[in-house]
Amino acid sequence: MSGYVEGILVLLAINVILAYAAALPLAGGQLNLGIAGFMAIGAYTSAYLSNEFALSLWLTIASGSLVAGLVALAIGLPILRAHGIYLALATFSLGEIIKAIFLNMDVVGGASGYAVLAYLESTAVWSIAAGVFLVMVFISQTRFFLYLTAIKNDATVTDLFGVNTKGIQLASFVLGACVAGIAGGVFAHLFSFVDAQYFSAQLNIFIALFVLLGGVQTILGPMFGALFFTLLPEILRFSNEWRFAVFAAVIILFMALRPEGVITSQLLRSIWRRRSVA
Amino acid sequence: MAQQLVNGLMLGSIYVLVAVSLTLSIGILNFLNFSIPGMFMLGGVLSWLFIQAGFAWPLAVVAALILVCISALVVERFTYRWMKGSDPEVPLVSSLGFLILFENLMIVAVGSDQQAFPQVLGDFNLRIAGLVIGGPQLISLGLSLVLVAMIAWLLRSTQYGRRVRAIAENPDTATILGVNLSVIVPTVFIASGLLAAIAGVLFAFNYLQVSPFMGEEVGLKGISAMIVGGMGNVWGAVVGGLLIGLTEVFSIYFLGSDFVDITVYGLLLILLIVRPQGLFGKAEQREKL
Repeated sequence: MSGYVEGILVLLAINVILAYAAALPLAGGQLNLGIAGFMAIGAYTSAYLSNEFALSLWLTIASGSLVAGLVALAIGLPILRAHGIYLALATFSLGEIIKAIFLNMDVVGGASGYAVLAYLESTAVWSIAAGVFLVMVFISQTRFFLYLTAIKNDATVTDLFGVNTKGIQLASFVLGACVAGIAGGVFAHLFSFVDAQYFSAQLNIFIALFVLLGGVQTILGPMFGALFFTLLPEILRFSNEWRFAVFAAVIILFMALRPEGVITSQLLRSIWRRRSVA
Repeated sequence: MAQQLVNGLMLGSIYVLVAVSLTLSIGILNFLNFSIPGMFMLGGVLSWLFIQAGFAWPLAVVAALILVCISALVVERFTYRWMKGSDPEVPLVSSLGFLILFENLMIVAVGSDQQAFPQVLGDFNLRIAGLVIGGPQLISLGLSLVLVAMIAWLLRSTQYGRRVRAIAENPDTATILGVNLSVIVPTVFIASGLLAAIAGVLFAFNYLQVSPFMGEEVGLKGISAMIVGGMGNVWGAVVGGLLIGLTEVFSIYFLGSDFVDITVYGLLLILLIVRPQGLFGKAEQREKL
C-alpha cells in the first residue's frame, strides 16, 4: 500500500469515528456543532498524559475520551436547556471557546502546537475505528437508540409515554463527546502533533455534514457520509482547481435527490428484499 | 476609549446587515440559510472583479448585485423548493453546499489570495472632539440603519409585508388565503441575498480587501448576532450586531487579540444558557432544527 493511500485511509478512519460522535446526538434531533472541541479535549488530554507520564497509548486515549465526556456532562446540563438551532449555536460557541483556550494554554504549547512523543500504527487506528463502528451497531439495536429516534420524531409524545427525554438526550450528548475524545486521542498519536487550529469551525461543520448527507436513519449512513467527504475530493483530484466546486455541486445534487440522507432505512430494506427474492 | 466605541459600532454595522439578512430567512422561511455568507463574499469579490475589468465603481457594484440576485434565485430553486416535506436539516446542508460552491468558483476566478480593494470613496475622516471617524465607515453605518428601517417598514406597513408575514405564520394557510408562495418566497431570497451582498461591498470599501473566504468569519459573527437578538427579530438583529462588534473591539483593546474568540463566543454561550431564546426572542418560537 502506498503512503498516499495509507494516509487517506487513516484520515478516513478518524472521520468515521467523528461521524459517529455527531450521529449519536443527531439521532435524537440535536445538532452538535462542537464535536471538534471535544475532539480537541481528547487530543490534548491523551497527548499530555502520554508525554508527561508515559502511560500506555490505550490508557491515554481512554482517559482523553473520559475527560471529553466529563466536560460534556458538566456543560450539557445547562446547555441542553436550549433547543434546535439555539442548541446548535451553543455547542458551536463551546467548540470555538475550547479551541481558543487550548490556543492560549502554554502547558501544551499554545499557538505553536504540541509535539507528541508516542506513535500509533495505522493498523491500530483502523481497529479502533472498527471497534467504534461495532459499538455503534450494538447501540443501534438497543432501546436507547429507539428512544432517540422517538425523541427526534416527537419529543412531547415520547415524554408522555414515560421516557426520560432529558436524560436520554444528555446521555447521547455525553456519549457523542466520548467518541469525539477517542478520535482526538487517535489523531494526536497518529500525527504525533496537535495544533489547536485544526479543530476549526470548518471541521465542525464538515462533521455535521458527514452525518446529514449520509443520513441518521440507519447506522450505515454516517459511515457513508465520512466515506463520501474523505474520498470524493481525492477522486476529483484530476480536475485540479475545479474539484471543490464539483464536490459542492455533488453535495447539492445528492441532497436534492436524497433529502433524507443517502442511506435510508427504506433503501436498505429494498436492497434486502431484492436479495432474498433472488 | 470613546474611539473604541466608535470602531466597535462601525464593525458592528457590517454584522448588522448580515444578521438581518439571516434573520429574514429564518424568521420568514424558517430556514437557516448558510449561503448568506457566500452572498456577502460574492458582493465584495464580484465588485472587485468588475472594477478590475475596467468598470466605474458604481457600475461594478450594480453588476455584482445583479449577479447576486441571480445566485439567490438559484439557491432558492435548489434549497427551499426541494425541502418541502423533508427533514429540516436538508436545506441547511444544501445551502452549505452552495457556500462551498461559491467560494470555490471565486477561487477559480481570482485565486485564494487576499486582493487589495481600491479606495473608491476617498479617504476623508471626520474629527469630532478628538475622535477620528472614518467617512466611508460613517456612510456604511448610516446606510445599514436606513436599509434595516426600510425592511422593518416594508414588513410592518405594506401589502407585501402582510403577505410575507402570513407565510411566516403558516405557509399552507397563506396559500389558501391567496398568497402566491412561488412569487413571494423568491423575493425574500433576493432581499436577504442583497442585504448580505451590500454588507460585503461596504466591507470591501471600509477595510480595502476582499478574498473568497471573507464571508466565513463575518457569517459566523452574523449568526451569533442574529441569535443574540432572537431569531426573526429585525431590530433584535441590529442590537445583536452592534453588541458583537463592540464586544470584539473592546476585548481586543483590553485583553489582546488572543482572547477575542473566548469573549465573543463565551458571551454568546452564557446568553444562550441564561436566555435560551435570545435577548429579544419570544420564549415559545417555531424553529427549524
